[in-house]
Amino acid sequence: MSWEAVIGLEVHVQLATKSKIFSGASPAFGGAPNSQACPVDIGLPGVLPVLNAEAVRMAVKFGLAIDAEIYPYSIFDRKNYFYPDLPKGYQISQFAHPIVGPGTLDIRMENGDTVAVGITRAHLEEDAGKSLHTSYPGMTGIDLNRTGTPLLEVVSEPDMRSPAQAVAYFRQLHKLVRYLEICDGNLAEGSMRCDANVSVRPLGSSELGERSEIKNINSFRFVEKAIAFEIERQIDILESGGKVRRDTRQYDSERNETRSMRTKELSDDYRYFPDPDLLPVHLTSAYIAEVKASLPELPEARLARFRTELGLNDYDAAWLTNDPVIADYFEAALSTTGDAKLTANWIMGDASAALHRDELEWGDCPVPAAELGRLIARIKDDTISSKLAKTIFDALWVEEGTVDEIIDVRGLRQLSDSAALRGIVKKILNENPSQVAQYQTGKNKVLGFFVGQVMKATQGRANPGQVNELLLDSLKEGATGKE
Amino acid sequence: MKEFASIGELARGLRQGDYSSVELVRHYLARISANSTLNTFITINEDEALIAAASADRAFERGVAGPLTGIPLAHKDIFCTQGITTTCGSHILENWIAPYDATVVHRLADAGTVLLGKTNMDEFAMGSSNENSYFGAALNPWDTSRVPGGSSGGSAAAVAAGLIPVATGTDTGGSIRQPAAFCGVAGIKPTYGRVSRYGMAAFASSLDQAGVIGHDAEDLAMVLSVMSGLDPRDSTSSDHADPWLAGILEDGLTPGGEKLTIGLPDEYFKDLNEGAALLEAAAGEFERAGCRLTRISLPHTDAAIPAYYILAGAEASTNLSRYDGVHFGYRCENPTSLEDLYQRSRSEGFGTEVKRRILTGTYALSVGYFDAYYLKAQKLRRLIQQDFLAAFAAVDLILAPTTPGVAFHTGDLTDDPVAMYQQDIFTIPASLAGLPALSVPCGFIAGLPIGMQLIGPHFGEQKLLETSALYQRRTDWHQHHPEVT
Amino acid sequence: MFGSVRISASQVFALGFAAMTNIDINHLCRLAKLALNDTELRAVRRDLDRIIAMVDQMQAMDTHGVEPLAHPLDVEQRLRPDEITEKVDRERYQEGAPTTRDGLYLVPRVVE
Repeated sequence: MSWEAVIGLEVHVQLATKSKIFSGASPAFGGAPNSQACPVDIGLPGVLPVLNAEAVRMAVKFGLAIDAEIYPYSIFDRKNYFYPDLPKGYQISQFAHPIVGPGTLDIRMENGDTVAVGITRAHLEEDAGKSLHTSYPGMTGIDLNRTGTPLLEVVSEPDMRSPAQAVAYFRQLHKLVRYLEICDGNLAEGSMRCDANVSVRPLGSSELGERSEIKNINSFRFVEKAIAFEIERQIDILESGGKVRRDTRQYDSERNETRSMRTKELSDDYRYFPDPDLLPVHLTSAYIAEVKASLPELPEARLARFRTELGLNDYDAAWLTNDPVIADYFEAALSTTGDAKLTANWIMGDASAALHRDELEWGDCPVPAAELGRLIARIKDDTISSKLAKTIFDALWVEEGTVDEIIDVRGLRQLSDSAALRGIVKKILNENPSQVAQYQTGKNKVLGFFVGQVMKATQGRANPGQVNELLLDSLKEGATGKE
Repeated sequence: MKEFASIGELARGLRQGDYSSVELVRHYLARISANSTLNTFITINEDEALIAAASADRAFERGVAGPLTGIPLAHKDIFCTQGITTTCGSHILENWIAPYDATVVHRLADAGTVLLGKTNMDEFAMGSSNENSYFGAALNPWDTSRVPGGSSGGSAAAVAAGLIPVATGTDTGGSIRQPAAFCGVAGIKPTYGRVSRYGMAAFASSLDQAGVIGHDAEDLAMVLSVMSGLDPRDSTSSDHADPWLAGILEDGLTPGGEKLTIGLPDEYFKDLNEGAALLEAAAGEFERAGCRLTRISLPHTDAAIPAYYILAGAEASTNLSRYDGVHFGYRCENPTSLEDLYQRSRSEGFGTEVKRRILTGTYALSVGYFDAYYLKAQKLRRLIQQDFLAAFAAVDLILAPTTPGVAFHTGDLTDDPVAMYQQDIFTIPASLAGLPALSVPCGFIAGLPIGMQLIGPHFGEQKLLETSALYQRRTDWHQHHPEVT
Repeated sequence: MFGSVRISASQVFALGFAAMTNIDINHLCRLAKLALNDTELRAVRRDLDRIIAMVDQMQAMDTHGVEPLAHPLDVEQRLRPDEITEKVDRERYQEGAPTTRDGLYLVPRVVE
């Protein structure tokens, strides 16, 4: 029998606000334990939550970017359960009335297919703290720094049919939140965490099979591998006549398998009810319109513009727009060079390779976009050769100076004085009569030898095209015996 | 100095140099100490109070004293106070010291008042008799075999006994008004949202409101004026501007309300035995002053107690989840597992009534019961509020009994929670509707005080307090005091 | 006309609830993290039965078409500017904590 997988994702997006969702403490990653937990985060007696305007704005931006309905009224609820990293004994979340309603995210597969993934809803909630199980024998340590970090939980419809689609959706979501500047997208620090709901059914069936939920997957690769494993596991169960049990599982990346989690006791009775410490959030249509007007160009629009207006091919346009930081860098360089293809080549080639070599992010690229642009411009105006440009790029990388300073200090300006160059060419020909003779018997390959000699004599500063031209001229003169 | 002086009188005495703030504080500390058997205080803040009083005296010397500088007061032990334990009347917070002041606490401290101590209360404000305090019940100074009421019983008893001129309280379903009535003093529960709840340990967030207990309507107005106002730390605190209240410290409270129409709700009087004659007499007093009296109906009054015990229980059940032995407060000895830590810390830390309410609230919110209990109660809450809004279209204030009778004997109702809950029948409706309400003494039955309740429309504190001042000018019930040492 | 006994809809509802009030105290205790001994359980069961019976008076009251009231004032949530306003004083906040080490709150090992 053929099987079809049905996949839906719930992604927790940490919003990149300066302060927490309900308190004025910092949500920055990596502080000393509990050094960023204020009384509101610890849930001391008498403290009260007050909602961060920016968290609301970011949620609205996201909703508008996926063409979702933004509800004029949304409500915060308490989700009640006991856990040491949940200091109030409840999480403030949105249950019955989320801020963002149904929307759509289009994903593009490698074969060119586009899949529209429905987004059921997105709601605001507070993150919990962290439990550290390894440091103290028999004890668990609780760090509440993460407590109260704003999360946007984005819930998809079960619209994905393969691990590849699921990971493409996760990537597209990652790209979108970075474009919107609502999340730093740092998966390693847990800025985006994914729960996957996976079930399988006979191909052609319209009923959903029993599903399992894989919790807290925090890399693109693991999303793909965890879902792939889970699909195989469920198919094995079904093909051997068994039944899939509704389950909460975790992915073990070392063993590449999913394992059933001992579910938190009674976790299904969360006793949701509206948090009486918070009031309904009312968003006016004027506010929503104002946020809409402030939206940046979204990934799909930028991709289309790079293709149509800049004439880039699909691969280059997709590569450059995948990360808004790269796309910004590209456009900044392009404004100096005016040559999209050449600029793209430099960014996707040398610059990208150098970053990779030094394990740097684009945001930390030591060569400013304007300098890379100037470097490319100097190639185009024949100040330097393409070959020397790579030397200059390396100098820029170690911050030796600006492009023009490096050219001058190192004396790398291209020799374009044809009289001087003609003299050098003559000299080389005169010093190598046997090679001239070879050329004249039809061995055109020796032309390369002469070019090499000229470049060597000019320390690479000669324009290779010009050298070629002068060589051919001089050799022709020699052949007709004019000299 | 005069015993049972109002804070207006005390402020005059301080300004005129009749006594210093230090002398005043020593006087009250001595009274508290001499009457420790009343058990009205959980914590006495002697050393800090004397330091604050000395600083108040310097303010007078330098000519920078404000209207309330040097006035002694006490806070119900539910308000967080930096450096002094805040117990909420509970074993679970027995030794807990808040790292911050409640907004109410710091506003009153900024106004120059001197905090003498923290008053006794039913655990987490759950109770109508003070018998639910982990630290033992406060006693009623009129008859120590009787309860002072609750949950702000310590505050009411301390003010009644002249141990403190004024004290804060909190009122969720009557916790200021009922003990004020039982102890023969005045107490106001302001409009929900008038006073910040920040730093006030939560019982039922959509009902809790801080207020004042004192002798005179003017005392209530002065302290309320300092306590109230928008607080950015409390999303539910109101930005309602009230220039009248803001100006009280300068302008004083002018008795008024002679032209008002006062409604008497049939539902509050139909079964009233004790005190009916006294309330009739009080109504008559208003009529003689020029007010118009009219009978009104608040038809959903019967829904109030059931709805309240569901809503307050539901909110309390989750507000009290933070007391779990992990981050602060009591933790059981030698927990063998996390589950054991949770269960024993909470079971040993909370008293019987708190557990009862947590379980009631958990039941109301749990799967399958939410609609039938929690949502049903919220719908009834709206009907109760609509009753009042309709009534206030025709009347300015509502006059009602505060309690079904005089203070009952200690132990009388402890075995019957439902009977205990019925004590709040006249105070709960205004709480559910978020309305301001106060209780002032209006007579005695066999030597025990009875209170009259006035209920106003949202943010109608001016009418309430001016009318109370009018009543107090025409009567002297508030000048009767119990005999204490 | 058919000689049947007429009872109102609200009475039926109230009767239904009287029958439903079979409170699972142990379940509630598990949810609320309370451990009660047998004596306490008996007392709580008796009290809750009485409380819920009292509360069930609500069921006979007509709330058809009534919007639930969550909050006594008809107001909206105020929003806080996104600024860091809290200076965290961990030592002070942890003075009242039962057990801490290296700035962490400690609890018996949680098995994941």
